[in-house]
Amino acid sequence: MSLEVVKNEKLTRKDFTSDQDVRWCPGCGDYAILATLQNVLPQLGIPREKYAFISGIGCSSRFPYYMETYGFHTIHGRAPAIATGLKAHRPDLSVWVITGDGDALSIGGNHLIHALRRNVDLKIILFNNRIYGLTKGQYSPTSEYGKKTKSTPYGSVDYPLNPTALALAAEATFVARTHDTDIKHMTEVLKAAGEHKGSAFVEIYQNCVIFNDNAFTQVSDKQTRDDLSIKLADGKPLIFGKELNKGIKLNQGSMEVVSFEADSPPDDLMVHHATKDDSVYAHLLARMEEIPGLPVPLGVFRAIQKSTYDEMVQAQVQDAIEKTGPGDMEKLLNSGDTWIVENKA
Amino acid sequence: MTTHSEANPQKKTEELESVVIRFAGDSGDGMQLTGGQFTNTSAVLGNDISTLPDFPAEIRAPAGSLPGVSAFQLNFSSSEIRTPGDQPDVLIAMNPAALKTNIKDVHHGAIVIINEDAFIPRNLERANYESNPLEDDTLKNYRVYRIPISTLNQNALVDIDISGKAKDRCKNFFALGMMYWMYERPLDVTIEWIKKKFAKNELVVEANIKALKAGFHYAETAEVISTHYKIQPAQLKPGKYRNIMGNEATALGLVTASTLAKTPLVYASYPITPASDILHELSKRKNFGVKTLQCEDEIAAIGAAIGAAFGGSIGLTGTSGPGLALKSEALNLAIIVELPLIVLNIQRGGPSTGLPTKTEQSDLLQAMFGRNGDSPLAILAPCTPGDCFHMALEAVKIAVKYMTPVIFLSDGYLANGSEPWMIPDYQSLDPIEVKHPQLTSEKFLPYLRNESTLARPWAIPGTPGLEHRIGGLEKEDVTGNVSYDPQNHEKMTHLRAAKIQAITQDIPDLEVLGKPEGDVLVVGWGSTYGAIYSAVEKLQKQGASVSSIHLRYLNPFPKNLESILGSFRRVLVPEMNMGQLAMILRAKYLIDCQTLNKVQGQPFKISEITAGIEKLLSSTHEVKNVARSR
Repeated sequence: MSLEVVKNEKLTRKDFTSDQDVRWCPGCGDYAILATLQNVLPQLGIPREKYAFISGIGCSSRFPYYMETYGFHTIHGRAPAIATGLKAHRPDLSVWVITGDGDALSIGGNHLIHALRRNVDLKIILFNNRIYGLTKGQYSPTSEYGKKTKSTPYGSVDYPLNPTALALAAEATFVARTHDTDIKHMTEVLKAAGEHKGSAFVEIYQNCVIFNDNAFTQVSDKQTRDDLSIKLADGKPLIFGKELNKGIKLNQGSMEVVSFEADSPPDDLMVHHATKDDSVYAHLLARMEEIPGLPVPLGVFRAIQKSTYDEMVQAQVQDAIEKTGPGDMEKLLNSGDTWIVENKA
Repeated sequence: MTTHSEANPQKKTEELESVVIRFAGDSGDGMQLTGGQFTNTSAVLGNDISTLPDFPAEIRAPAGSLPGVSAFQLNFSSSEIRTPGDQPDVLIAMNPAALKTNIKDVHHGAIVIINEDAFIPRNLERANYESNPLEDDTLKNYRVYRIPISTLNQNALVDIDISGKAKDRCKNFFALGMMYWMYERPLDVTIEWIKKKFAKNELVVEANIKALKAGFHYAETAEVISTHYKIQPAQLKPGKYRNIMGNEATALGLVTASTLAKTPLVYASYPITPASDILHELSKRKNFGVKTLQCEDEIAAIGAAIGAAFGGSIGLTGTSGPGLALKSEALNLAIIVELPLIVLNIQRGGPSTGLPTKTEQSDLLQAMFGRNGDSPLAILAPCTPGDCFHMALEAVKIAVKYMTPVIFLSDGYLANGSEPWMIPDYQSLDPIEVKHPQLTSEKFLPYLRNESTLARPWAIPGTPGLEHRIGGLEKEDVTGNVSYDPQNHEKMTHLRAAKIQAITQDIPDLEVLGKPEGDVLVVGWGSTYGAIYSAVEKLQKQGASVSSIHLRYLNPFPKNLESILGSFRRVLVPEMNMGQLAMILRAKYLIDCQTLNKVQGQPFKISEITAGIEKLLSSTHEVKNVARSR
């Protein structure tokens, strides 16, 4: 542990690396996310002591132990609630929630949606590996239907949940997706999340080498990923493909893929805008994976501004102090109907 | 003493020491409000008071039905009193259902005031009366005043331009006005209140004040009630007083603690009866820097309080039994990460949803043991509505000094009951010390303990150089790193227990009411204080060898508890549960305590405690006699 106060301007990844041995399985996608975030934080211009990492339970939730910041490894599913209390009291902090698909979407589903709807200024990073890793391989709320695991030898009969669609339905002001094998993309997305004011929700496709290996080949396989995924860029048309010769357009309200000669896309392709006032377009992005043949979108689906919970809680306190003056304890104790009992002696 | 009234020489005045009144009516009849007004007026007049609101869990059960009856009992006196009274001397019944559910509690010879307009066949049927109790011998043992309150009230308001229904809603003030005349109370406190409460509607202000005055004048002039009564002010300790309810005192204590500690309060809660009033009260105190969060559930509420405490605030959550059950996992997190946290548990009848609006003391074992692992925390219990203020201060002091969660066990009876409260001198209250360490040349160790309190340092985010991690996995002693070492786990388990025991140094010795030794010791905790005190005092005056102690610190116990227990032949533990404190006392001190239990959702009557003590005293004497005859 460093004894020196680290000056912000010279912060590097090393300053965010704690003295604890990292105990994830060799080859786990979590290593890449840890390294990326340790690289991103120095770029945000926030003093190190102002960062707080709050996690729940699961493999991903061990994350705070490896960060040389304030950290709190809490209980299963409750990190967004604990982070909400911290941020409400301390709007000056940059509060990050590290969670997984079981932690955030199963046991902690309620806290996740309420933190998002309140627009608490939290960065919620969901490591989605579509499996319970720490408990050794049971299916999770994002596991595909029919998945065979230790707890579902005949295949799961649960329909999975779509994390980005859920976040949008919960009124998140920032929703993004990235994956653990593309460091550059992950860096851009995490930086954008860190810079967003309000609740930022980032789903990271994260590979579990032990219990659910190769779950995300659609975005990770070098041969096919450019044809099976699409990177969103603000103000740019929805174009993808190894040859950049495919695009997406709306046809009678449905999204469909159109092919064209590279460099001459048609005019009617959909254009990406993450800042649209309404969330209809972002919902379409979140639902693309339901339509066969459409690529998986990666990047920032939605990023809008509205007052944050912590800001408004603080403003009400300030407002009350300005309007009625700072609390006067004597006055409060003596309020209401009072009477005096005289000393008769 | 009997004199004649000046305004109406036909009427007599009698002086009484104390009176117990119960207002009873439909949930929509405004009985809680009426009782509250009588209480405030009596308090300002200088009487000692104690109140017991008793209302159904349903907001508006069907009008006129038995489950829809709401009642408010108050005892007001010229001498010191400690309970709302065992039996009403006066019952005001606004309808047949109110009469039916309440008359069994009223002693023979008592006054029963009836709104006879409400005794129509439909209402009698709803109250399951086969014949009209005003016409059969149901009330033969009472002094019954049949008064057409609804009609008189309508007539009084004939000139006011509001609907008949709106006029009818004023009838509780008519009844209150009559009671004010009967007990020589001034109208001004209530008139001021009406003006403030209905400020937005002049006609409603006018109607309510007119109804109040009409009731007063009716009682004064009509040849129905012939006597009115004087109850002199009580000789309370000199000082400035206000009337206070338990939940109100709790909230006030917390704001005071926050101000004394110069540390902001974050109160995170989920609505639950009977704790919600604390959330309402604290949400008005934003200019004291108080932040209130209404969370999505009980677990989120305690989570947010823990998060706020991690950030350096006084983190609080409030709930009742079922909510405490939901919070138990997070409570354990606060125990292992050793953060200050205050959990207010306003107990109600259980198990499960149980009796939401009724009182009980049945969460003691849950507070003590309701978590996985060996997980000790501090437990406090206020003993009167006013004591909620003092114990809330204590809860905050202990939480921040010992870096521990504290459970504050109030209950529905304390929460909604009220009493005159001597306003403390703020300047004379002890400051509460809160320390957050800063970077020094020494390496920062998150679990390095204070030698005397065994508390770890409360380093908060934002402090340069003290970045550290805490969490629910077992901590290594001193460093706070994750540790699975068997010896370390045992050491930490002992340290957590020793830290809670260390609180004993700040807990005042118990004071014995009565002689320090004798035949029977009555041991109470929490809201049973008033009934136990009154019963013991009464029997002492009759020469019985009985004393009592009252526990407000339940974990750890005061140091002198064991020696006091050992100074009496028999120990009696009255509790509003099946014997939870008794179980702990037996286990901890190997004493044979006798239990006296009541689980009816209602507080103990003095007579019930007296009977329990007498029974034990007589069996003690038998034992002594047998011993002698040998």
